[in-house]
Amino acid sequence: MRLLPCGPTAVMVEVDDTDQAAQLAAHLRAAALAGVVDLVPAARTVLVSCSMAADLAAVESAVASFVPGSEIERSGILVEVPTVYDGDDLGSVADTIGCSVGEVVELHSSTVYDAAFCGFVPGFAYLTGLPRPLLLPRRQNPRPRVPGGSVAIAAGFTGVYPTTSPGGWHLLGRATVAMWDSSRPRPSFIEPGDRVRFVPVAG
Amino acid sequence: MTVLEIVAPGPLCTVQDLGRPGWAHLGVGASGAADQRAHRLANRLVGNPAECATLECTFGGLRVRFLTAAYIALAGAECPLSADGARVGHQQPAAVAAGTVLAIGAPRTGLRTYLAVRGGVEGPVVMGSRSTDLLSGLGPPPLVAGDRLAAGGYPGTELPTAMAPPVPPDESPITIWPGPRHHWFSPAGHDALVAAPYEVLGTSNRIGTRLSGAGLERTVLDELPSEGIVNGAVQVPTDGQPLILLADHGVTGGYPVIAVVDPGDLGRVAQARPGEQLRFRWRR
Repeated sequence: MRLLPCGPTAVMVEVDDTDQAAQLAAHLRAAALAGVVDLVPAARTVLVSCSMAADLAAVESAVASFVPGSEIERSGILVEVPTVYDGDDLGSVADTIGCSVGEVVELHSSTVYDAAFCGFVPGFAYLTGLPRPLLLPRRQNPRPRVPGGSVAIAAGFTGVYPTTSPGGWHLLGRATVAMWDSSRPRPSFIEPGDRVRFVPVAG
Repeated sequence: MTVLEIVAPGPLCTVQDLGRPGWAHLGVGASGAADQRAHRLANRLVGNPAECATLECTFGGLRVRFLTAAYIALAGAECPLSADGARVGHQQPAAVAAGTVLAIGAPRTGLRTYLAVRGGVEGPVVMGSRSTDLLSGLGPPPLVAGDRLAAGGYPGTELPTAMAPPVPPDESPITIWPGPRHHWFSPAGHDALVAAPYEVLGTSNRIGTRLSGAGLERTVLDELPSEGIVNGAVQVPTDGQPLILLADHGVTGGYPVIAVVDPGDLGRVAQARPGEQLRFRWRR
């Protein structure tokens, strides 16, 4: 664990991997420190932004009390994402890993994932825990337009594109719920710390 | 209640307030007025709390018709102003009669001008803010001719009696602190950033101020997995030319951040216009 400087009112903590970043973020969220404005876990770091420089001391001591490898203090929510598995890349993913389309769906939908962090656009959650056969690199040619709701895998993560955007992940299907809706009490369907399961539904 | 109509928005006019901090972990950036100090001053001059929304007008060109009488003030980049004969000056609160058209010319210096209306500009509140975030699309789209906006009534505060005295322009270097990937750059890179000025490029926007100048040499060439970004982060893409991230930046980024602009100087960065030179100094 390493503290990296980030201007007068923020600090970045670098850890070993995504799971540890999620654990540290959960640890700091649970500490509910006064003056913390934003707490942003990412692939290998947690950024903590405060309102004042004086708030950083408490953050640094909370970081020091973190034991890597400790159980994630989860939000306690298991989120289910109803998914129609009819993605454009289902066939090519099956070919690449040498199994049937049905087996890809079974692999992807039988796992409970951890929401490690959000980023890219509002409501895009990076989910970890992909079964080993589904650990594929990004597509060689990113698509200029991936439809909003697309359920996809790449680079060790699975996730759902909240809005139509460019994207380089392999498309397995589409979620039938909106990943982002500002008018909901919980605007992001998936929040960091949630556990997530994809539930196959008919199209 | 005040009602105003956009006659012409100029190059870019958006509704802005203090933004929506606190949602970065869901992928939502803070957004808000790019020059928060000017936004706060405009509000203060009409007796509004800082949370009230103002219109952020980029490089002048805004024309607004007040359909009802209003009490207004402008702060930020100083523009030539006309208001059908009404006495409206920069940083001087003014009463305008119903039917008045306020025309804001191009600023002589600076980039962003804030128009505050007593009571605050109304609009839908998304995640606690009325701000337009041009990157995520949250908040209302940029204003177009014909848009009508309401402004609130009595904000519950007295009108201030003191005016804002003109402040001489601050031409001192922008203060920067070491950023999380400071150590990815060579000592020559650290020195280059403060040795000579950088020119602001025309591709700058609310997401970031893009700069052209000495390239910043990296010693660590690893791929950087995306990590959190703060306002004022000085990010260095592969071409070595830095950019400073402003209000609408994404919550994470994959290029190393060599430095972070001191929050007190960020308004000056937001006011730097294309062609202008910015100088930096390290604070350690």
